[in-house]
Amino acid sequence: MTTTGTTPNVAAVVDATTLVHRTRSFRSVSALLAVAFLVIVGAVALIAPLLPLDPTTTDLAIRWQPPSAAHWFGTDELGRDYFSRVVYGGRISLTVGILAMAAATAIGVIVGLIAGYAGGRVDDALMRFVDFLSSIPWMVLVIVASVFLKPGLWTIIFVIGVFSWMATARLVRAETLTLRERAFVRYAKYIGVRRELVMWRHVVPDAAPTIIVAATASISTAILTESALSFLGLGIQPPMASWGSLLETAQGSLQTAPYLALIPGILILLTVLSFNVLGDALRQSVSEGGAS
Amino acid sequence: MAVYILRRLAQVLPMLLLVTFVVFALLHAAPYDVVDTITTPQMSEETKAAMRERYGLDQPIVVQYGLWLGNVLQGDFGYSLASRHPIAEELAARIPNTILLVAPAYVAALLLAIVLGLIAGSRRGTLVDKTIDSLSGVGIATPSFWFALLVIYLFGYQLRWFPIIGMHSVGKQGDPVDFLLHFVMPFLVLVVAFFPELARYVRSATISQFSQDYVLVQRGFGASRRQVLTRHVGRNVMLPIITQLGLALPILVTGAIVTESIFGWPGIGPYFLTATRSLDYPVVLAVLLLSAVLVIVGNLIADILYVVVDPRIRIGAGS
Repeated sequence: MTTTGTTPNVAAVVDATTLVHRTRSFRSVSALLAVAFLVIVGAVALIAPLLPLDPTTTDLAIRWQPPSAAHWFGTDELGRDYFSRVVYGGRISLTVGILAMAAATAIGVIVGLIAGYAGGRVDDALMRFVDFLSSIPWMVLVIVASVFLKPGLWTIIFVIGVFSWMATARLVRAETLTLRERAFVRYAKYIGVRRELVMWRHVVPDAAPTIIVAATASISTAILTESALSFLGLGIQPPMASWGSLLETAQGSLQTAPYLALIPGILILLTVLSFNVLGDALRQSVSEGGAS
Repeated sequence: MAVYILRRLAQVLPMLLLVTFVVFALLHAAPYDVVDTITTPQMSEETKAAMRERYGLDQPIVVQYGLWLGNVLQGDFGYSLASRHPIAEELAARIPNTILLVAPAYVAALLLAIVLGLIAGSRRGTLVDKTIDSLSGVGIATPSFWFALLVIYLFGYQLRWFPIIGMHSVGKQGDPVDFLLHFVMPFLVLVVAFFPELARYVRSATISQFSQDYVLVQRGFGASRRQVLTRHVGRNVMLPIITQLGLALPILVTGAIVTESIFGWPGIGPYFLTATRSLDYPVVLAVLLLSAVLVIVGNLIADILYVVVDPRIRIGAGS
């Protein structure tokens, strides 16, 4: 497959310094907004059971009520309070995002470390495998896998985690390749520290910024993937709901109650956007820290 | 060159066998099979067993795989177990519909991305750049199926400009105006789904080209920003874009699965989704094989284009 080598572009960094000030203020404001949004959404999702929210009581007399003071986001097709439904949906979406990210990052870091550190044939075999997995459209892979396993929360976490670690593995491998040649790693090897220990104590901490940036990106991917699968009916199953499965239900009553479709979509968009902005800001500060 | 292509193809075959066998095995490990989805509870166990025998589902997995493979090599994808229609016919009818939708959308998205990316990248840090970059950021974060719902609500239900489902109105097959009306909304959704990442790509390629020494030299000799952009940076940015065309080949078939099923577009998407839901494995395998072949052929084309398009590589590549 195609392998792309990344060479650090010194000229770009020098040229960029003239623009850094203007760009930095813009970037830090948006990063701040992103963090604020994520903290609020995360906190509400976390303490949802303590809030006076009721996502389950149905009342057919008040079906499809538009947003009002009593029901901030209106009511759904069974008269349930949509604000509560969205908050609990967010709990599921964020859970899937975070756990799938953790799984993908764990697999990606382990594969990347082994490939980069061992080199040679092991590296070749692992990277061919990564190429192989990345070469099948993920949509096709994930759909096939989610049918084979019984749909539900853990299945979707597993499926997304297992099929989205390849980018992390590539990044960690590249990082490990350079770290392997650094003096402190070679010294640790020289004085006979065990291989696993060298990787864990010396390589992982130095690769941490890369890993964190990759992890932020994979939360976004996981949330978007979950929402698409749930929208297709292959993800989260009722009575559980996520933002994606709320959208699946909302599709049926698009004409009568468009707000049912509008709200979860905006939340997915803002959450994914915030994670991406955060990831960009982290990457920026990592590369600036490395340059100085 | 011919040797290179042959060697690449030789690497490809084991991969295809592996992909199809893994999917074959996965579908067999599933807790139910296609017979369960086409039979009714009233049918006796004997009838079901007879059906399994007729479909060959009682054979060991390796035998079933071998039979399937043998037939595919003779160009026979078999029959859909659920609908009994030949898969090759079904694919031949549906693939053109998908291509008809996806190809124009991808080309439009690519052109839009090249224009916006070059503008943003060459004016780095300005308001125009920030606007384009933020727009791409929002685009990347937008679930395309949600955007499709918004488009359907606005243009389909509120304004009633476009029909919300299908590719033709009943009885109007072959009417180009009717086709275009059906085409607009899914086309728009796909363009919005495709362009943001491409635009980001073009933008960052442009930025890194502008930081090259040759730009400084050109400017030093009095070339304007526009001249540098069109004569030098633009050409250098286009090289990786052209190779992207090869990598985009599989999108032609599997790039619109969700969008197609929302708009009821009679392409590969709805066919594949229905088949996976009912574990109609010959269909799933056929689509998977098709997309794997396209990915691999696309990669091959990208690698070849890369050499063909860039004179620097062509001259340097003696080995």
